[in-house]
Amino acid sequence: MAETPSGMLNSIGLQGPGVNDFAQNDLVWLKSVGARVLASIAGNTAGEYADVAAVLRASPAFDAVVGIEVNISCPNVANRGLVFACDPLSAAKVIALVREKLPRDIPIFAKLSPDVTDIVEIARACVNAGADGLTMINTLLGMVIDTDLLRPQVAGVTGGLSGPAIRPVAVRAIWQVRAAMLEGRIPTVPIIGVGGVRTGDDALQLVAAGASAIQVGTATFNDPSAPIRVNAELAAALQDKGFARFSDAVGIAHTRLDPRR
Amino acid sequence: MSETSQERTPQVAGELIATRRVGAYHHLTFVAPGVAELAKPGQFVALAVGGDTSANLLRRCFSIHKVSPSGTYGGTVDVVVAARGPGTRWLAGLGAHHEVNIIGPLGRPFPLPKEPVACVLVGGGYGSAPLFWLAAALRERGCHVEMILGAATEDRLFGVIEARRAADGVTVTTDDGSMGVKGWVSDVLPEVIRRSHAEVVYGCGPMAMLRSITEVAAAEGAVAQVAVEESMACGIGVCMTCVMPVVGADGQTRMVRSCVDGPVFRGDRVRWDAFESGWGRVPDDAYGAAAMRGH
Ligand SMILES: Cc1cc2nc3c(=O)[nH]c(=O)nc-3n(C[C@H](O)[C@H](O)[C@H](O)COP(=O)(O)OP(=O)(O)OC[C@H]3O[C@@H](n4cnc5c(N)ncnc54)[C@H](O)[C@@H]3O)c2cc1C
Ligand SMILES: Cc1cc2nc3c(=O)[nH]c(=O)nc-3n(C[C@H](O)[C@H](O)[C@H](O)COP(=O)(O)O)c2cc1C
Ligand code: FES
Repeated sequence: MAETPSGMLNSIGLQGPGVNDFAQNDLVWLKSVGARVLASIAGNTAGEYADVAAVLRASPAFDAVVGIEVNISCPNVANRGLVFACDPLSAAKVIALVREKLPRDIPIFAKLSPDVTDIVEIARACVNAGADGLTMINTLLGMVIDTDLLRPQVAGVTGGLSGPAIRPVAVRAIWQVRAAMLEGRIPTVPIIGVGGVRTGDDALQLVAAGASAIQVGTATFNDPSAPIRVNAELAAALQDKGFARFSDAVGIAHTRLDPRR
Repeated sequence: MSETSQERTPQVAGELIATRRVGAYHHLTFVAPGVAELAKPGQFVALAVGGDTSANLLRRCFSIHKVSPSGTYGGTVDVVVAARGPGTRWLAGLGAHHEVNIIGPLGRPFPLPKEPVACVLVGGGYGSAPLFWLAAALRERGCHVEMILGAATEDRLFGVIEARRAADGVTVTTDDGSMGVKGWVSDVLPEVIRRSHAEVVYGCGPMAMLRSITEVAAAEGAVAQVAVEESMACGIGVCMTCVMPVVGADGQTRMVRSCVDGPVFRGDRVRWDAFESGWGRVPDDAYGAAAMRGH
C-alpha cells in the first residue's frame, strides 16, 4: 500500500480464504444479521468465475444475496495474464458462464476497468453476454517508487489507484457508457458508480453522469461513516436542487449540454 | 468477524491541548471524550491528518501513551509521535487548540496475567510509549515489573525518567552507547528475565526487535506478547492493508488483520519468516493461500 495525492495505491489483492469459506461462514453471518449482499466474485480463468458463482448458489444463505458483481479486473491466466476487463471476448465469456450458474432473478453486474481504449466496447460485450448492470470503475493501474530504497513501494510492483484522485476518470467513464445507451448504441442497463466519492456532491457528479447507485471505497478509510454521510448529503443536495425523485437526476447532465458544442 | 469490531468505537474531533518536544519525539495530548474511558494498554488510536480537505486520506495509527478519563477538560488521550512522512510531520507541527479527528480505542490490548508474576516490558524507540500504563496495570495486580528501553541513540529513547517511576527495575540500551548499555535490548533481555524470574515479556517496537525478543523469551521459558507495527491505512478492519500471517490455537496459519486481531499477538504465533524481504508475504501454508495467489 502507498498513499498518493488524494488517493492510494494498493496491491492487497484478494485477501481472504476463498469462496467456500465465504459461503459457509461470512455469508451465513451476513444473513443472520439481515444484510442484503451484493457479492463480488473473481477468478483466474473464466471457468473459475463460474465455479465461484456455483459455490455461492449452493450456500445455505444464498437467499441473502441480492446480486452478484463480477470483478473482471483480474488477469486471465489462460490468456497470457491479460485482464478480462481489457478484452471484450474474455469479458463476455466470463459474464455468459456466470449467468448460466445463477437464477434469472439474481442480477449480475460487470465491474469494468477504466484502463481500456474504449470502455463502451467492453460495456457492450458484457451487456450482450447477459450482464444486467455495470459497475464503474475499478482502480487504475499505477506505480509508486520508494525513493529511499529505490524499489517499487508495493509488493505487487504495480497496484490499483483509487480515491478522489480518480473521480474525474469515473465520471468520464460513466458519461461515455451512459451516452452510448442514450444514443441506442448499447442496451440501457443500470450503472453503479464508484470511484473517488468522498462527499454527497462527488456522488452527485457520478449520478448526473448516469449512475443509479453509488459505492464508496477509499473515502471510508478516512471516515468510516462516509457511506452513510454521502447518502445523507446526496439526498440533501437533490432536495436542494428540487428533484422530486432520485431517478430524475440520473444522467441529467446529458440533457444540459452546451448547444454550441 | 472479531468481537471487538462489533462495538461502536468512538470517532471524535479531538482538541489538542498540549504539545511538547521529548527528545526526537512530539508528545501530544488531546481531549477525546469517550476514547479515554474505554481504552486499555496496548490499544491505539487512528488519526486523520491534514484537516477536512486534506489530500492525505489515510489514517495514521499511534499507540495510546496514556489516558486521563476525567481530566479538567473531559477525557484526554496522549500519543507520542515520531515525525517521519507528511502525516506525522503535520501532527508534529500542530499548535494547541487544533482539532484532529480521532478514532479509538482500536485493537486488542495487552493481556494481563492472572497471577502476580514478574514481567519484563521492552520498548524500542517510541515503542515504549504504551508500556508505562501497562506497567501501572501490572503493578496494581502485584506483578514485579522490569523495563528495558532501547533505541539507536539517546534522543530516540522515550520515557527513561518515567520508567524509573513506573517500574521496579530499568535497563537502557543504545546502539551507539550514548546512554546505558551499548547494544540492543535483546542483548540484555536474557539476564533481566533470569534475574527477575519473569514469566511474561511484553514488547513494542520495530518488527525485527519483536522477533528477537520473542526468540529470547522462548529460550528463557517466558511468554512474549508483542504489539506489532504493520502498515495500516484505515485502522478499523475494512481495507486489508495490515494483514499478516499468524498461527492460530489450532496450529493453522491465517492471514489476520493486525488492526482488529492485533496489534498485540503472542510472539510465538507470528510468522516472522514472512517479513524477511520487508514486504509481508503470504506463506504457502497459510489458510486460503491458493485463493489469494494470482490476484
Ligand atoms: C498499532 C500502531 C501503533 C503505532 N504507534 C506509534 C507511536 O506510538 N508513535 C509513532 O510515532 N508511530 C507509531 N506508529 C507508526 C505510525 O503509524 C506511522 O509512522 C505513521 O502512520 C506514518 O505516517 P507518515 O505520514 O509519517 O508516513 P507516510 O509514509 O506518508 O504514511 C502513508 C501511509 O502509510 C501508513 N504507514 C506508513 N508507515 C507506517 C508504519 N510504520 N506503521 C503503520 N502505518 C504506516 C500510514 O498510516 C499512512 O496510511 C504506529 C503504528 C501502528 C500500526
Ligand atoms: C484496498 C482496496 C481493495 C480493493 N479490492 C477490490 C476487490 O477485491 N474487488 C474489486 O472489484 N474492487 C476492489 N477495489 C476497488 C474498489 O472497489 C473501487 O472500484 C475503487 O477503489 C474506486 O473507488 P474508490 O475511489 O471509492 O475507492 C479495492 C480498492 C481498494 C482501495
Ligand atoms: S488497517 Fe485497514 S484493515 Fe487493518
